[in-house]
Amino acid sequence: MGRRVVVVGSGTAGLATADALRSEGWEGDVVLVGAEPHEPYDRPPLSKQLLAGRWTTDRIVLRTRAALAADGVELLSGRRAIGVDTTDRTLHLDEGDDLRYDALVVATGLDARRLPFGHDLAGVHVLRTLDDALGLRAESSTARRVVVIGAGFLGCEVAATVRQAGAQVAIVDPLDLPLRNVLGPRLGTLVAEVHAGHGVDLHLGRGLASYLSDRGRVTGVVLDDGSELPADLVVVAIGATPAVQWLRGSAVPLAGPLPQDGAGGVRCDAAGRAVEAVWAVGDVAAWWSPQEGRHVRLEHRLTANQHAQVVARAITGGQPRALALVPYFWSEQYDLHLQSYGTPAGTDEVHVVEGSLARRRFLAVYLRGGRVSAVVGAGLPKALRAWVPAVAEHRLAEHRLAEQALAPDGEADGAPLRA
Amino acid sequence: MKILIDEERCIGAGQCVMAAPDVFDQREEDGVVVLLEPDPAPAQEAGARRAAALCPAAAVLLREH
Ligand SMILES: Cc1cc2nc3c(=O)[nH]c(=O)nc-3n(C[C@H](O)[C@H](O)[C@H](O)COP(=O)(O)OP(=O)(O)OC[C@H]3O[C@@H](n4cnc5c(N)ncnc54)[C@H](O)[C@@H]3O)c2cc1C
Ligand code: SF4
Repeated sequence: MGRRVVVVGSGTAGLATADALRSEGWEGDVVLVGAEPHEPYDRPPLSKQLLAGRWTTDRIVLRTRAALAADGVELLSGRRAIGVDTTDRTLHLDEGDDLRYDALVVATGLDARRLPFGHDLAGVHVLRTLDDALGLRAESSTARRVVVIGAGFLGCEVAATVRQAGAQVAIVDPLDLPLRNVLGPRLGTLVAEVHAGHGVDLHLGRGLASYLSDRGRVTGVVLDDGSELPADLVVVAIGATPAVQWLRGSAVPLAGPLPQDGAGGVRCDAAGRAVEAVWAVGDVAAWWSPQEGRHVRLEHRLTANQHAQVVARAITGGQPRALALVPYFWSEQYDLHLQSYGTPAGTDEVHVVEGSLARRRFLAVYLRGGRVSAVVGAGLPKALRAWVPAVAEHRLAEHRLAEQALAPDGEADGAPLRA
Repeated sequence: MKILIDEERCIGAGQCVMAAPDVFDQREEDGVVVLLEPDPAPAQEAGARRAAALCPAAAVLLREH
């Protein structure tokens, strides 16, 4: 007793860690320190139900302060960690006070990446936090022309949501297809077609050069080919970077910025431990992957929960749990609901083995070096799940991927492969 | 233990089914969770807890009594 776990970051990974500690029987203190003023809330609905106005804030709150207190979890909201001393196990907080810990869990997530210019203009937004989403929604409900910078998952979802609310929408991205780096050219083409079919203008292979503005408010964007797009609202969705500034200069190891090094996250072993008595979970954490032979940092909602299970067990001293940490994410754009298990990459070989891309109901197997790296699908959730063991083992279990079963045009032939 | 599901939140991730296949299933067409066992037997409770802890949409809720 008297022992204390301090979790920094009260997002989904932080909350899941606090929960998992209690389920694992941790009887000491649990303190959740969160820079945002809110109770722990869920982020994926920010670009979907919340932005669309279908859900209100109370629908995304995952746990009230009172419910946390009932589990003996103390929430310090609106408080920011500014440093840590791992020798005397002390966390430094923004108002000058210190918190002693026996175990520290870093769950600080990401900060939205910004462009070096333009964020001082009214009407230019990023989307990471609830406050971002509420600010964006307040303007998007009346915006007529919206430009989204970045055709990754976030940009595509925001474009779909505001398009469905009736605005004219343009997406700008320097790559030639949306989501190309993750899903590759075939699914990227599909996503581009879905957006075009809903009347979104795609300006691909184009970067943003500058903004047009009038009295401090954005009125349009200028692209790098000189063309101009009018806009009363701009959403910059160009990715996010680990919130690790407060750890610089401490003994907590940070990964290099490149994806193959762990993309700037907290460097951890395969069970989430960074240094003695310090762990990291969720978007900020780059765990060693024995399968991939490198540190991997993922930005998926499920990963936060998976990490929390493993770390809570380690802290409470339980037997390490053999969790098959198969990554999973989903994305909702119009009625296209994409799901992915594994780690798809844009350069993987893609085989549609069930359904068809044209019908937007398909199951695609991703191969990297002849091994299964991921399955991505839409409209076939149960069939997709049947592939999870194959993804976990990176192999096609009983079936060899017979070339004749794979038509090149995105149509699977009659004999679906099974994992 | 009583299990409650929030269908509107469910995104069909199937994590609940993988954690506790005798407690949860998914609808064929959209993958939305189907609760097979709202009152799990004691032997099923650990799986139900794992499902609630993993569900990425916070759609599985438990009431412990
Ligand atoms: C708009 C949006 C849509 C998404 N949609 C999907 C989706 O459809 N599917 C999917 O799989 N994933 C999705 N994600 C990703 C998913 O939400 C994240 O993977 C998940 O929220 C990660 O949780 P986390 O706790 O690691 O980080 P976060 O939820 O970002 O929480 C980190 C918290 O730490 C706080 N913090 C940071 N620094 C400090 C500090 N120094 N001191 C104290 N507190 C600090 C932050 O304020 C924040 O509240 C989406 C993300 C966003 C933003
Ligand atoms: S894990 Fe959650 S989101 Fe996935 S099917 Fe089950 S209830 Fe739905």
